[in-house]
Amino acid sequence: MSKTNPKPTRVVGKPYRKVDAAAKVMGLTKFADDLVRPRMLYCKILRSPVPHALIKKIETSQAEKLAGVVAVLTGQLLPIAYGILPVSEDEHALCIDKVRFVGDPVAAVAALDEDTAFEAMNAIEVEYEPLPSFSSIPESLSGPKSKGPAGNGDESESWRIHTYGESGNIHKVVALEFGDVEAGFREADRVREDVFFYEGSTHLPMEQHAALAEVDGDGKLCLWSSTQTPHYVHRALAKVLEMPGSRIRVIATPNGGGFGGKSDPFQHEMIVAKLALMTGRPVKVTLTREEVFYAHRGRHPVLMWVKTGVKKDGAITAMHFRTFLDGGAYGSYGVASTYYTGALQTVTYPIANYKFEGVRVFTNKPPCGPKRGHGTPQPRFALEVQLDKIAAELGIDPVTIRRDHLIQPNSLTANYLRVGSTGLAACIDKVVEASGFKKKFGKLPYGQGVGLACGSYLSGAGLPIYWNNMPHTGVQLRLDRQGGVCVMCGSIDIGQGSDSILAYIVAEVLGIDPFDIRVLTADTDLTPVDLGSYSSRVTLMSGNAALQAAERARDLLVQAFTEKYGVPVSRVAFADGRVFDVEKPEAGISFAQAVQLAETKFGTIGTVGSYTPPVSHGKYKGAGVGPSPAYSYTAAVAEVQVDPQTGIVRVDRIWIAHDVGKSINPALVMGQVEGSVYMGLGEALMEEMSYRGNRNTVHKFPSLLEYKSPTTLEMCDVKTFLIEDPDPQGPFGAKEVGQGPLLPVPPVIANAVYDAVGVRIDEIPITPDKVLAALRSKGEEHSPQEAGVTLGTREPHRYGPHTIPSFDWPDPVRVRTPWEGGDGKELLREAVHAKE
Amino acid sequence: MMRLPKFEYFAPTTISTAVKLMGGAGMDGQFVAGGTDLYPNMKRRQQTPRVVIGLEGIAALKRISGDPLSAGLTIGAAVTLTELIENRKVRKYYPVVAEAARLISTPLLQNMGTIGGNLLLDTRCNYYDQNYEWRRGIHFCLKKDGDTCWVAPGSKICWAVQSSDEVPVMIALGAGVKLVSAKGERTIPVAELYTEFDGIRYHTKEHGELLTEIILPPTGHWRASYRKLRRRGSFDFPVLGVAACVWFEADDETVREARLVLGAIAPHAMRVPEAEGMLVGRPLDDASIHAAATAAHAIAKPLDNTDFLMYWRKEMVRPFVEAALKDLRHPRKS
Ligand SMILES: Cc1cc2nc3c(=O)[nH]c(=O)nc-3n(C[C@H](O)[C@H](O)[C@H](O)COP(=O)(O)OP(=O)(O)OC[C@H]3O[C@@H](n4cnc5c(N)ncnc54)[C@H](O)[C@@H]3O)c2cc1C
Ligand code: SF4
Repeated sequence: MSKTNPKPTRVVGKPYRKVDAAAKVMGLTKFADDLVRPRMLYCKILRSPVPHALIKKIETSQAEKLAGVVAVLTGQLLPIAYGILPVSEDEHALCIDKVRFVGDPVAAVAALDEDTAFEAMNAIEVEYEPLPSFSSIPESLSGPKSKGPAGNGDESESWRIHTYGESGNIHKVVALEFGDVEAGFREADRVREDVFFYEGSTHLPMEQHAALAEVDGDGKLCLWSSTQTPHYVHRALAKVLEMPGSRIRVIATPNGGGFGGKSDPFQHEMIVAKLALMTGRPVKVTLTREEVFYAHRGRHPVLMWVKTGVKKDGAITAMHFRTFLDGGAYGSYGVASTYYTGALQTVTYPIANYKFEGVRVFTNKPPCGPKRGHGTPQPRFALEVQLDKIAAELGIDPVTIRRDHLIQPNSLTANYLRVGSTGLAACIDKVVEASGFKKKFGKLPYGQGVGLACGSYLSGAGLPIYWNNMPHTGVQLRLDRQGGVCVMCGSIDIGQGSDSILAYIVAEVLGIDPFDIRVLTADTDLTPVDLGSYSSRVTLMSGNAALQAAERARDLLVQAFTEKYGVPVSRVAFADGRVFDVEKPEAGISFAQAVQLAETKFGTIGTVGSYTPPVSHGKYKGAGVGPSPAYSYTAAVAEVQVDPQTGIVRVDRIWIAHDVGKSINPALVMGQVEGSVYMGLGEALMEEMSYRGNRNTVHKFPSLLEYKSPTTLEMCDVKTFLIEDPDPQGPFGAKEVGQGPLLPVPPVIANAVYDAVGVRIDEIPITPDKVLAALRSKGEEHSPQEAGVTLGTREPHRYGPHTIPSFDWPDPVRVRTPWEGGDGKELLREAVHAKE
Repeated sequence: MMRLPKFEYFAPTTISTAVKLMGGAGMDGQFVAGGTDLYPNMKRRQQTPRVVIGLEGIAALKRISGDPLSAGLTIGAAVTLTELIENRKVRKYYPVVAEAARLISTPLLQNMGTIGGNLLLDTRCNYYDQNYEWRRGIHFCLKKDGDTCWVAPGSKICWAVQSSDEVPVMIALGAGVKLVSAKGERTIPVAELYTEFDGIRYHTKEHGELLTEIILPPTGHWRASYRKLRRRGSFDFPVLGVAACVWFEADDETVREARLVLGAIAPHAMRVPEAEGMLVGRPLDDASIHAAATAAHAIAKPLDNTDFLMYWRKEMVRPFVEAALKDLRHPRKS
């Protein structure tokens, strides 16, 4: 796609309303819980009240006897394990012999009404044999050591939350080295080490998860569910129910928010499907708000240690990054999350040598997984705050240290991520100028401050979740002789506007009104596969597929039109619902007539499009996480007020610039930017998935009242700038916007707090007690964790973790960087040894 | 959704029928006004009355009457918080009452919640305001269904927190309440409506008694203020409330009498006589305010059963008391 002089567009780039907006604002949208079917039963799920225990006995007879109870289900009937990642299929629809966290599902009932289901659920008796529970990273690291499956006689075997994984309660260990970090540190003028902690948080979608299953007359199963990934649910159902996928239909209902929390196949989906098969009646379940907290799959709590070497001008010679992830009780996306905590450090500022070590542990808490930014906000926080500290040490301002060392467009990073377009320089310039950063930084009165931070995110993961070479998304287009156009795609609109994007793109190509287009999505019977609404992939991938399908349809119409009217192909135009000769616009035909011509010539008009991301450059083990067709870039400046008497931080305003490549719809893009700022603000200032370690590792307060998330009153002013530098990989040049803008928010607030009152808060959330503690603390001597360069400088007052647990890291997978002449493959172990 | 247990509902239109119905229901009965406290508690199975007697239909409980300049203002117990916020007499003569109401929960809940319900609000605790399954997971606690206090294990008493925003204000003002039952009626100072250090039996009202009205003292040479600490600007219960009321000498700004009440840090709203003493006999200068704040800080011992860290909540007593007292320095223009 040429950057110079792009063709003017009529729909793309315009702030049209969403195609589903009217229904949403009038309350007509049917969410999963709004669905009601004749003879429908209600399901309730009994959950474990203990964090870790063997199930000795489940007594269901009392529940079965209750009038109105139609079926009671326990895990024995669904023995097959499943999980979103093939490497961690460790979940069961209902626990069979063991429960792993307070909230783990144990039994389910289907009854004529909800009250009866509730009563029956409480009439089920479960006998547990408690096991020691593990509630933190250090506890799990120092827990049982054994590796084998349970049953070899050692009692502490059963203390393992799962019997797979590395060993004990260690789920996954990753160690990668690109280039030679030790050599890099030797070249550095300064080396800094810091420890950071980023607390876990949950998605808090307004809509609680709900699902409804029904079996029709010929034995086919249909599941409606509030899910971001109907395709993966489809696969999991087929597996768990031992039914051919061809007899299962999954329809994703519009999601009332997802943010990653509806991206796993869930127990309640398997349960209602099984209950529907057992009873022959439709069965619905809607999770309570507490159950949504237990379903979780949210942000991993991550402890981080970062050692960075820089030249005097701030160029990074080496970075060694260690992460410890508290994964909760199941695998979920955790293996990918672990890699993500080390993947995207390299795409903003060049890092000459890079080493990443990450470990994820199981704990007896609700499972963590992907939340907006998936695994990257935590390291981004650490990186951007540390860079601020380095800048202060070197006497460089925070703008220059970043601005002078930006990744170049069309380049490869140390870990073989291919960066295409990058508008980060423009983003930084925009927010620095608009906020008056240079006039304010270091110059505002005590208690007021500004900060700067950047970030970058994927426009879709380069690889699918299960290994295959097929496209990641497909679109089918059907043109009707009445002029109707139906676009069919497996993608699901979770509020981000993916349905609208399909309509806008098809409308643009065919010159018709987007609101005339029928958009049919997320139905595994009717639409081609799309992998799901995660990793910010939908606009780029299904957008490209829609573009391809629409262009193919247009070609058919052009052929029919030129044949009939003798107009050369180059002169045929589509606009305003008409097809015409650009030289004689008045003498065209309607779009419907053009379809009729084409149908006469070719038969029924239907086209398909699909999209497969480019092959990634990294070939080493672990290279699958991080590659993307394109990376979005963001920069933000925050202005805050800190009350030194209370430690309360008030964020007044955030200026944020986001490089989206090209906005298909600027209003939707801005909505995503502002929503990301809001969510980031909540994480930065107050949100915490915290547990009562002393009381059975129970969630501290699974309620919307006491899980503190900002209200409109806490929301800051946001000034959004869109940077448009079209990326050749995106449809019309579009890149992602759904997640990236969240990334700079936590560090930008931490950096602004420092400017305001001179204390470093190296831990998220930045709560007032931490700020006050830092203000009252004595400045500390900087003491690196490992032998390295001692700076000997007096560090500013700070709040945050001081150490990381000791851990025996394995030899890393070693890869030569592109500038060392590497080919993206890992070095053979022998070669490594020979080199040493 | 969490669902309500089954119960029988009555909607009397007079005070006498209401108390008669309550007499009949005995311990199985409970009054409900706005239901913003009772119904969530019922969903969580903390309270499970079989008979619920609604007060919204009783016109006598919904009046605001009297003369602030002579006898004082009488507020019906079922007056909603929104009505209180919007009432012209309340705003003009008792701005602190309207202000505290405005700081309660959210505008939507203020439309339902009443002043009477607020004064009788159940005490709150992180281990208690949870649904049945959660509480079963920790084997319940002393306040309901269990035998241990998880906040202070070993404690014989419950430390659940008095969390009303109006209670400290009413105590500071020296307001009174009228209680009516089948046996008769009595009027007592608000302060006497509460027990000390008992999060379970936190008020002295008899089960059958209906709170009918709140009597505010006449205006005079006093001014009052309220400061609330909470996480967010809406929704949240207080984790510290400071109500201050100061009577000045007739002709100057010398403090004649002072009441300082801390809310939301203990099972009852706490008066701080040590701090009050620091203020009397001199104007509200920086030194006396500082001394009062220090005294209040010393006695405040919040426990770990609300939002925020208890250490930090204690630290906040000082700046919040100072702010509440500084609010009283200059008469507010209305
Ligand atoms: C999300 C949320 C946030 C909240 N935030 C706050 C807050 O910030 N500050 C605050 O103070 N409160 C808060 N509340 C609590 C509550 O909404 C208010 O206290 C409200 O004023 C209670 O009044 P009500 O009429 O709804 O009480 P109800 O629920 O009707 O009654 C409460 C109790 O008082 C009894 N009762 C009520 N009226 C009478 C009467 N006339 N005589 C005898 N007994 C009676 C009832 O039996 C019940 O035990 C909050 C509630 C929620 C749900
Ligand atoms: S203070 Fe103790 S007894 Fe009272 S509610 Fe809380 S945990 Fe229960």
